[in-house]
Amino acid sequence: MWEQLVEDAPRFFSSWNLLFLGEALLNTLLLSYVGAALGFAIGFGLAIGRHPRLYGFGPVRVAATGYVETFRRIPFLVKLMCVFFAFQLSGAQASLFTIALVTVVLSAAAFAAEIARAGIESVPAPQWDAAEAMNFSRWRVLTRIVAPQSWRVVLPPLFGYAVGFIKSTSIASQIGVMEMTYAAKILNTRGFSALLCFGTILIVYFLICWPTKRFGERLEARLGRRAKA
Amino acid sequence: MAFLSIQGLTVSYGGKADVLRDVSLDVERGEVIGLIGPSGSGKSTILRTLVGLLKPRAGTVAVDGAKVDYGSRGSLRAARDRFAIVFQQYNLFQNMTALRNVAIAPTLVKKRNRAEVEREARDLLARVGLAEKVDAYPDELSGGQQQRVAIARALALKPDILLLDEVTAALDPELVGEVLDTIRSLQRDGMTMLIVSHEMAFIREVASRVAFLDQGAVVETGPPAEMFDRPQSPRLKEFTSRILRH
Repeated sequence: MWEQLVEDAPRFFSSWNLLFLGEALLNTLLLSYVGAALGFAIGFGLAIGRHPRLYGFGPVRVAATGYVETFRRIPFLVKLMCVFFAFQLSGAQASLFTIALVTVVLSAAAFAAEIARAGIESVPAPQWDAAEAMNFSRWRVLTRIVAPQSWRVVLPPLFGYAVGFIKSTSIASQIGVMEMTYAAKILNTRGFSALLCFGTILIVYFLICWPTKRFGERLEARLGRRAKA
Repeated sequence: MAFLSIQGLTVSYGGKADVLRDVSLDVERGEVIGLIGPSGSGKSTILRTLVGLLKPRAGTVAVDGAKVDYGSRGSLRAARDRFAIVFQQYNLFQNMTALRNVAIAPTLVKKRNRAEVEREARDLLARVGLAEKVDAYPDELSGGQQQRVAIARALALKPDILLLDEVTAALDPELVGEVLDTIRSLQRDGMTMLIVSHEMAFIREVASRVAFLDQGAVVETGPPAEMFDRPQSPRLKEFTSRILRH
């Protein structure tokens, strides 16, 4: 088996295949990072919209809560299918990549909203009282008092989920999005050994996930220190 | 009309019975009012309502002749500029140093010059005996020190009326004195104050008038000596006898 790997390797790592995998890697990265960044931004917005002291309009709170509670409970593959068929039903022209990206965003938003909610609630209500009594606007309570104290609570699970989303993007291969897992499948069907195909993307996935996690830890340490010192 | 005029103030929350019922109280400039009464009698509710943390169901509040409309953002903002409140649990912002806690509202909300405000904040912290603690974070300070920072923070707002909500109740007994000393010096300076406290000896010393509350209503008001030595209502008699026994 080892001999066969050594024999296959030069053929597998041909420039054409590397370009093919590189393009798939780019899609995986775009899906993961752009999806997570957009999703987290929307999620923080949802957390603000759900909070009775930050946003007063009841129906928005109910809608935001409904969305968060629903989307956190549906498996990624099912969400992917729902978005896929929603696009088909609406007749809108969307690439498979767009469909996958929308799914990542919707999913990330729901999880981020819940994490942000926990962060906001980690700041004791009496500090809000003090700030409100001193005429702080809601926005200033959020940006000057609540957010700086929330990072410590928010960042670890947020980056945990970010790594999770990188891995979830592999599920997009199920609808034929040309990301790494799908690329590996195609190369495999072209006759390259499964060990080479999937072993390679395994290493690449690790090389994306691990630095992401490290970055999260660094950021956490830095913001945690600034909140103190 | 009195400087602070509270008429028929009624407050309810959480769909429960009224926690304040038809409370009326007039406070003149420079007066120190002691609010006393058993737990749950509504003393703190009065202070929280004045700064708009609770919405009154009925009644009026007027400061310096201007009626406060708690439903209007502008009017509430104006009222909050008049009052400053100090809480039982200090409620300092944990992400800021003592200096920043004191200086943030004047710089951020009142848009005053930062250098000038910080100079004042240092003076205020020195005045409450914390000149060396300007750069300390709340969790590096004792309860008594945190409470004095909170008082400095309230004074930095230059309030017309200072509201003190059981400010010594959460403190270890040996730390109570330092906070009471601070309040005494404010009284000497002529600060108008509403003080909710269980420190009866202290109330008797600093208050010009005392209001006794029970079950959300003002039962009796009068000068402290009369209230404590010759209580009229049965409820106040019972309350003072229980307080004085221990």
